[in-house]
Amino acid sequence: MFAYYLDLALRSMRRNKVLTALMVLAIAVGIGASMTTLTVMHILSGDPVPTRSGTLFFPQVDPNPYSDGPSLPYDMMDYRSAVDLWSAHRADRQALIAHGQMKLTAPQVNLPPLMVQVLSTTSEFFPMFDVPFLYGHGWSAQDDASRARVAVISSDLNNKLFNGVDSVGRTLRLKNSDVRIVGVLGAWRPSPQFYDVAGGRFAGGQTGDFYGRTEDVFLPFNSSSDINPTGFNFFTCWSMPRSDATLQTSPCVWMTLWVQLDSAGKVRSYRQFVADYAAQQKSVGRFARADNTQLRSLMGWLDFNHVVPSDVRLQMWVAFAFLLICLFNTVGLLLAKFLRRSGEIGVRRALGASRAAIMTQCLFEAGLVGLLGGVGGLLLTLLGLWLVRRQPVAYADLVHLDTAMFLLTFALAIAASLLAGLLPALRASRMAPGLQLKMT
Amino acid sequence: MEIRPIFASLRKHRIPACLIVLEIALACAVLCNAVFMISQRVSDIHLGNAIDEQGIATVVLRGADDKLVGSDIPRNLAALRGIAGVQAVAVTSTLPLSHNNWGWSFGLDPDATISDKKSHNVSLYFVGEGADQALGLRLLQGRFFNGDEYAGSKFDTAPLPETHVVVVTQSLAKKLWPGQSALGKTLYSMPHYYTVVGVVADVLRPAFGNQAGPYIYDSTYYPLSAGGSKGVLAYYVIRSAPQDRERIMREAEQKLADLNPGAVTKAQTYSDIREKYFADMSSMAWMLVLVCVVMLAVTAFGIVGLTSFWVGQRRRQIGIRRAVGATRGHIMQYFQTENLLLTSVGVALGMGLAFGINIYLMQHYEMSRMPWYYLPGGALSLWLLGQASVFGPAQKAASVPPVVATRSV
Repeated sequence: MFAYYLDLALRSMRRNKVLTALMVLAIAVGIGASMTTLTVMHILSGDPVPTRSGTLFFPQVDPNPYSDGPSLPYDMMDYRSAVDLWSAHRADRQALIAHGQMKLTAPQVNLPPLMVQVLSTTSEFFPMFDVPFLYGHGWSAQDDASRARVAVISSDLNNKLFNGVDSVGRTLRLKNSDVRIVGVLGAWRPSPQFYDVAGGRFAGGQTGDFYGRTEDVFLPFNSSSDINPTGFNFFTCWSMPRSDATLQTSPCVWMTLWVQLDSAGKVRSYRQFVADYAAQQKSVGRFARADNTQLRSLMGWLDFNHVVPSDVRLQMWVAFAFLLICLFNTVGLLLAKFLRRSGEIGVRRALGASRAAIMTQCLFEAGLVGLLGGVGGLLLTLLGLWLVRRQPVAYADLVHLDTAMFLLTFALAIAASLLAGLLPALRASRMAPGLQLKMT
Repeated sequence: MEIRPIFASLRKHRIPACLIVLEIALACAVLCNAVFMISQRVSDIHLGNAIDEQGIATVVLRGADDKLVGSDIPRNLAALRGIAGVQAVAVTSTLPLSHNNWGWSFGLDPDATISDKKSHNVSLYFVGEGADQALGLRLLQGRFFNGDEYAGSKFDTAPLPETHVVVVTQSLAKKLWPGQSALGKTLYSMPHYYTVVGVVADVLRPAFGNQAGPYIYDSTYYPLSAGGSKGVLAYYVIRSAPQDRERIMREAEQKLADLNPGAVTKAQTYSDIREKYFADMSSMAWMLVLVCVVMLAVTAFGIVGLTSFWVGQRRRQIGIRRAVGATRGHIMQYFQTENLLLTSVGVALGMGLAFGINIYLMQHYEMSRMPWYYLPGGALSLWLLGQASVFGPAQKAASVPPVVATRSV
């Protein structure tokens, strides 16, 4: 039966070569456009820490002493709140994060100095985020406390400075201080770079930079503030810093805290802990609002920041509208084709073919068009992704077709063409045998 | 032309007719919105920016010793002035469209605080002496800063400089003090306050979101001395004739690297900065153009395919009409009118859909309202497309000889 239907379908397709080519092409471009944009969307909206994103949380408090501030808590915290929450050690793991830029030179390496992005954090950052190491390891809690001059570097920087050899134990000069490398990261390219995400709701949809590469140098927070005390980027301030303020005492938010909470009970009690902290800070007059706290999950935080750039979402909608147009087109053409063969179908019906058999045959043909369209669509998707990789966007190097998307391409193409073939097939199978015979 | 027979025959082919109508409606809706998005991006890419974009190059110098900048900056500037062809040089903290944005919110009353909802967020440009010349700013009112103001301004611990003068752009002046002269007015963020001494033509901010809004020109300029700059004056702006720019930029980068062996230099022409800023916008625009073209092609092929099928199916009827006296023109007209009817229903639906999509995009994406003329514009293009694609099949129909009427049974 299978071979017979295949033969019939091939014959029919050969008979109207132009029409067949048009249908295959329409499916192929529709699938190519929608799969390209869907793949980009899939990559950008994925889970950056698949192993444990469900246990990672982002606490927020509102350290503003004035009650007329923004209605939602700031995307970052001030030094005191962040360090208070961190040093309470009430979560399974916790890490402080602050950003900055420093000048880097490597003694014995003949390269001009570089400006590098520095992530200042605490020891549990690496185990908490499941960060892979190529050489060495992260630093210890002891190093955090003793303000040790140690650093972890990215594999990119290791390749650039040391040609990729094991550089653990070597020295880097950051600003005017020497630090010893204790670890080199393996290939680590979370998408997005979730622990740096903040301020997405103010970005006006331009959030492509959340998908950039990781920082090149990771330092213990205390060591970093010793080496370059004024070198941190701040997010915003709620009032003008007094003239004797340091960054630590300034009325500015510039640090974030990530916590790992392994069970629902722990999430509940941590939420309570943050609320209690805010209430206590209000009672001593430091906060104006005790109720303005948040404990968002990792994925919730990414959603809140609209991390997927609005252009990417728009492109996906445009591509799906385009696929729909291609489908309407194919339905119309298939209908034309099947009804044109009404004579042939009438003969088959008169010779005893059941309605179901006619319908199956028509769907078989539609499915075959879908399969061919899928192959074309796959080629066009690869072309589309190649074009995306050449775009000047931070996520360009992340874009590739994975197996799931590869299979989805064919599933979508065949499903689309079967859907398109359903109505024409139904119509064809409904034809009365006698009438069609008389006409010819 | 009698249209009743057309309705009668369309009623017989209800499903294909509906399909073509839906396809045209959707194509019309997508076309209107896509063309609107393209036009918005194209106008963003060409936003005005009142500096000498063709003549400016910049070398960013980072990692120099902050304690020595007081003597380093004048020395570096003197060296840059020595390059043949240089018209003006100065240091600034950032450049328009450089992504290096330093924003602050000011109020118009002395008691305004930064978190006040009434405060206005603006971008801050800190500039060294001669920056108006080096950037090519166009002064519209008042004056730029004098030597004393440059020398007296420095950074203390606050993120705002210790000075009391500011120059604002024309758009910002109009927005903050509508109908009044901005000169002599004051921006407050106590204990800092700045009095407007000059108004310049509109210069873009270092960064803004996906869509150009009324805030893109909210730029303000403050004088800053080299010694009190704490390293923020990192952009060396070098102005020259456009044809000399490339060479001068290379020489300038080399010179700065030689003079500051410990620092990191990065040279760019202003045109590159601008192009880079709008690169993803222009790639989005091209992608939309591509989609529109392919979409229209697919729609056209759909119309050709379906009409050809109808022509084939109606060969006998056409033959009969020809036999009883219809001219070729009548047959052509029949198919053209049929297409016009279908397209008209399609675009009527499509314009409604386009309007709906626009409303949705306004709510969920940073999109503005589509001007009304996009709707008839989209409708007209689909009418033309429909007529163009029906022409071939209609001609084929017109060439059916009358004798077919007698043959086929």
